[in-house]
Amino acid sequence: MGLDFGVEVFQNEYLPEGEARVDAILTVSATGTAAPVPVEGAAEVLIIDTSGSMRYPPTKLAAAKQATEVAIDTLRDGVVFAVVQGTDEAEVVYPRGSGLVAASPQTRAAAKQAVARLRADGGTAMGRWLLLADRVLATHTGSGPRHAILLTDGQNQHETPQQLGRTLDKVAGRFTVDCRGVGTDWEVSELRRISEAMLGTVDIVADPAWLAEDFRAMTAAAMGKAVADVSLRLWTPEGAEVVFLKQAAPGLLDLTGRRTESGVRTGDYPTGAWAGGESRDYHLCVRVKPAKVGDRMLAARASLVSPGGDVLGQGRVLAVWTDDTALSTRISPEVAHHTGQAELASAIQEGLEARKAGDAETATARLGRAVKLAHESGRTDTAKLLAKVVEVQDPATGTVRLRARVADADEMTLDTRSTVTRRVGKG
Amino acid sequence: MSMETCPECAAAVSPQDRFCEQCGRNLRVQRTTVGGPEAAARCACGGESFDADGFCGSCGRARPSARDRVEFVLPGLAGVSDRGKRRQRNEDSMAFGRVRGRGVAAVVCDGVASSERAEQASQVAVDTAVDVLLTAVQSGTDPEAATRDAVLAADAAVARLARPGAEEVAPSCTFVSAVVADDTATVGWVGDSRAYLVAEAGAARLTTDDTWAAQLVAEGVLTEEEALTDRRAHVLSRWLGADSGLDGPQAVTFRVETPGLLVLCSDGLWNYLPEPEDLLAVLPRGVPPIEVARELVEVALKSGGHDNITVVVVTLRGGHGA
Repeated sequence: MGLDFGVEVFQNEYLPEGEARVDAILTVSATGTAAPVPVEGAAEVLIIDTSGSMRYPPTKLAAAKQATEVAIDTLRDGVVFAVVQGTDEAEVVYPRGSGLVAASPQTRAAAKQAVARLRADGGTAMGRWLLLADRVLATHTGSGPRHAILLTDGQNQHETPQQLGRTLDKVAGRFTVDCRGVGTDWEVSELRRISEAMLGTVDIVADPAWLAEDFRAMTAAAMGKAVADVSLRLWTPEGAEVVFLKQAAPGLLDLTGRRTESGVRTGDYPTGAWAGGESRDYHLCVRVKPAKVGDRMLAARASLVSPGGDVLGQGRVLAVWTDDTALSTRISPEVAHHTGQAELASAIQEGLEARKAGDAETATARLGRAVKLAHESGRTDTAKLLAKVVEVQDPATGTVRLRARVADADEMTLDTRSTVTRRVGKG
Repeated sequence: MSMETCPECAAAVSPQDRFCEQCGRNLRVQRTTVGGPEAAARCACGGESFDADGFCGSCGRARPSARDRVEFVLPGLAGVSDRGKRRQRNEDSMAFGRVRGRGVAAVVCDGVASSERAEQASQVAVDTAVDVLLTAVQSGTDPEAATRDAVLAADAAVARLARPGAEEVAPSCTFVSAVVADDTATVGWVGDSRAYLVAEAGAARLTTDDTWAAQLVAEGVLTEEEALTDRRAHVLSRWLGADSGLDGPQAVTFRVETPGLLVLCSDGLWNYLPEPEDLLAVLPRGVPPIEVARELVEVALKSGGHDNITVVVVTLRGGHGA
């Protein structure tokens, strides 16, 4: 361990008489100068799509190989790792035979040689890749983070969505996965489904040449994690229910369905691994039994809990009923901001979906709404991406026209980045 | 011979004993708990476990403060203090006592909501003042002088709660007291807590509020009716606390000729029953003081309970004191 976790709660605790819904933003921060996990604690699996489609254009496989080599170079000495190639089957290409091997100048060189020999051929079945990664990581005895990078250029054609779903149910919580889509032939929703289940990120690498830097950053981030498998434990009072718990920043991630009961009126939600200096926001919505005006209630207690059950940090969500409307109508800027960010993400996703389905009216309305929200919350990055998909006439009112010709990469970039959020007052 | 027990240790004592043989307690003086009531052990939902911050482990509600509802009963006088339905805390306090064969003293203080730790201010004020008054009743001191001493002692005690440099939010409260001994009753007050006299013949208000509105009515600037709705109706012109600049209470003394009741209360009651006739109209007859106090508090709660409500009722026998 060694990190200090703090939980800050942002909310307006004053509710009008009879109100049952309590909203709060929990800002969880890991502080301290704790060294990253001892190297022997961490494990990394690099999963490279070598299906037939990776052959065209030829630079694609070459870039993927190069990126994998950069990732291998980023592994610190002693971190155990493996390289898996995925087609409609999955195979460990390094180390040959069993499980994982500790990174050293010799093993890194041997791994890079194995990667250089990879050839593209066959289909795509990502669930099988994840199952193999799980088997390989299961041989790891260290207590540190287990992480995988999944690189693909295509769609999951050689297994059904149901099969993938069953696999995700089985392996979720056992390791985290960052997904990268190269080119524009992959499905954003498919990789998002995997990264959300595996508490990782998803992004598009439209140009294979960018892969190396991205792989280096991802591997470095994974190796920087100091504490693995931290849970957010929520206690709620009798008669209350958690409406939702969503990670709200740095990216959107709905954790509501990931609850496991851990005690009386208490449930745990996985948050994955944490690095020193890391901070995340969670939006909690609880429905409680309203009490009398003047009464004060603990609507939820949020604790960060280590795998061993130690409470690492704690925060309280309160509710006070009042007939003073000046108090109860006050809006928490943090809650409002994240509610807006979540709406921005869903407006983009729904707009793009409608556009794909040929429903121009809905697409225009939703993407227009997204433009307006991006404008209001100062999301210039998102506004720029939106402008490649729609012609913006007035950002303040969200008046837009759909562009007739949109580059696939632009559309996919907008879609994947829609779940990236910005925090209050952080520009 | 009637048997009594020591209120401290429950040992048998005789009515003539001045001190308990067992524990040494002064048996001539009976008074309410110093510092207010003990903390409640249970939540309203029945839960008995509370976290470190005082929230119920079952329903999540804040541990009910022992101050939320307080009832004290002594022979001949009783009081009820209630948080009401709209405030988060009960910032009113009451204390009273009796000296056997001599008389009784009672104090009600209403914490000023805009000040810090107002409930501490009112509790310290009633405890300090009732001590001074009971000592005076025991020694037969002039009640008006005792009332003045009690107010000044309470004012000084409340002033000591203030943080240096935070005068404008210094803990503050109002004050109303009664001393009944030797066929006379003395009422003293600072602020807008009130005393009423209710007898068979009728009812009367004994106090005039120390508020800007009351002052303007006295000067003929406002009518009573205008004052009630004026935003200055509750702005105090005098109070107890570090920034009070107080030189003493207002006070009245009168002979108790006929049986009746003395009612001390905070504005949480009189807001709903401002005129003596209003009080008389809802007053239950032929019941002990605690029932009278409960009923009056109930009237205030049913009328909205917008503020803390405190009512102390003292029986006036007429002719021979308490």
